[in-house]
Amino acid sequence: MNEEIRISYYPGCSGQGTSLEYETSTVGVCKALGVDLVELSDWSCCGSTPAHTVNHLLSCALSARNLTLAAEEGFATVTTPCPSCLANLKVAEHKMHKDSFREATNELLDTPYEGGVETKSVLQVLAEDVGYERVAARVKKPLEGLKVACYYGCIMNRPPEVMDFDDHEHPMAMDRLMEAVGAEVVPFPLKVECCGASFGIPQQKIVTTLSGKLLQAAQSLGVDAVVTACPLCQMNLDLRQGQINTFNNANYNLPVFYFTQLMAVAFDLGDDVQKMTRLIVDPSETLAKIGKVSEDAA
Amino acid sequence: MKTYKITSADDAFTAEVEKRSGQDLRECYQCGNCTAGCPFTFVYDIPVSNIMRLIQTGQRDEALQCSSIWLCATCQSCTTRCPNNIDVAGVMDHLRHMAREAGYASEKQVKAFIDAFLSSVEKHGRVYEMGLMVSYMTRTGRFFTDTDLAPKVLPKGKLSLKPHPIKGKDKIAAIFKRFREVQSR
Repeated sequence: MNEEIRISYYPGCSGQGTSLEYETSTVGVCKALGVDLVELSDWSCCGSTPAHTVNHLLSCALSARNLTLAAEEGFATVTTPCPSCLANLKVAEHKMHKDSFREATNELLDTPYEGGVETKSVLQVLAEDVGYERVAARVKKPLEGLKVACYYGCIMNRPPEVMDFDDHEHPMAMDRLMEAVGAEVVPFPLKVECCGASFGIPQQKIVTTLSGKLLQAAQSLGVDAVVTACPLCQMNLDLRQGQINTFNNANYNLPVFYFTQLMAVAFDLGDDVQKMTRLIVDPSETLAKIGKVSEDAA
Repeated sequence: MKTYKITSADDAFTAEVEKRSGQDLRECYQCGNCTAGCPFTFVYDIPVSNIMRLIQTGQRDEALQCSSIWLCATCQSCTTRCPNNIDVAGVMDHLRHMAREAGYASEKQVKAFIDAFLSSVEKHGRVYEMGLMVSYMTRTGRFFTDTDLAPKVLPKGKLSLKPHPIKGKDKIAAIFKRFREVQSR
């Protein structure tokens, strides 16, 4: 399969700030694989978790505006790196299949949404539309000697009726992508457990407890790093790792990458794509291990 | 374990939760699978399976005034694992909506965070993270929230110091305005 994939792209708000390294590595990796991401012009926030906790009409209207923009630009499919954006966009499409709900939601919008735009995660596009073989064929610097745990977070695959991708208890797409770029992937039992989400600000102990369990499990498996696909998971595990250590009287020092960053390393893309210096837990020693094992053995 | 004195049942409450959520809550037979998988039980005042029972028995005030409904992160563990296919996380979402409409907010900081987030979206069309933090601290008076992270975050450029408003931000503000009009009907 070598045909070019052209797809509407919804970056999400955190890609403009706290997860800029996810954004640059997503764009760089997709470009390297011949996936043409066409950024949705003047996209707006999906409302994230706060909107759906207030009202579903509000939440779906905020998401549907973006789906309408994609349809107007002639796209039937949108992709986004962020699971929270993904869930909101997919839920809006799902709920608006019901006529009465769609009509009520469209009352809030300037331009009514007629339905029919599918949303996929960038993870799904890379796993299914590009495929593991094409990913493996692009590798220039295999991640040999790097042992990782892939952490999907709670909503990438759940609920399965809406998300419709991979296995909801034991997803494997990220594991297979990491294997395709040469990393050693350990089975991670907590791959869909919640990290504490956005409670880091209003109720910090929730995140230090739940993300603490994730780091403890990862460390006990002897991994060099945790790999994520969610800006909020990554922020909780990386930026809050110091708070987690203080709260749990622990001493974790595990780098937390976006899966696209590690793909960018394997594709030998530039620092402006990888943006490793943006990570809080310094990954340089971990990255220096890549390729060393095989060299030593040789 | 907390026990509840169930006196009179508010059947209208049960019916309203069922209507809003589209779920048949009689299907819940209290197996406890939702609570078993819920990562948040350790901070809940009422476990999620007990909340389901409180709805069945029409205990409006207990259900809408609990903390748990504000601490649920919609992680979908309960919904995914319910043997009777009840969208438990969806029910929790609807209880939050009803609590908010009734003027309850048992977790004031959580509500302040939600409000600060949405006001940022309403103003700029996208979330402005730095503005969200300042707004949250102003709303709650918790001026030292995450200040320990500032030395880590700021040199990395992880927080933009200015918002990224969109051209169509008036259209987003209009969504919020119409939403409030619909709610006040």
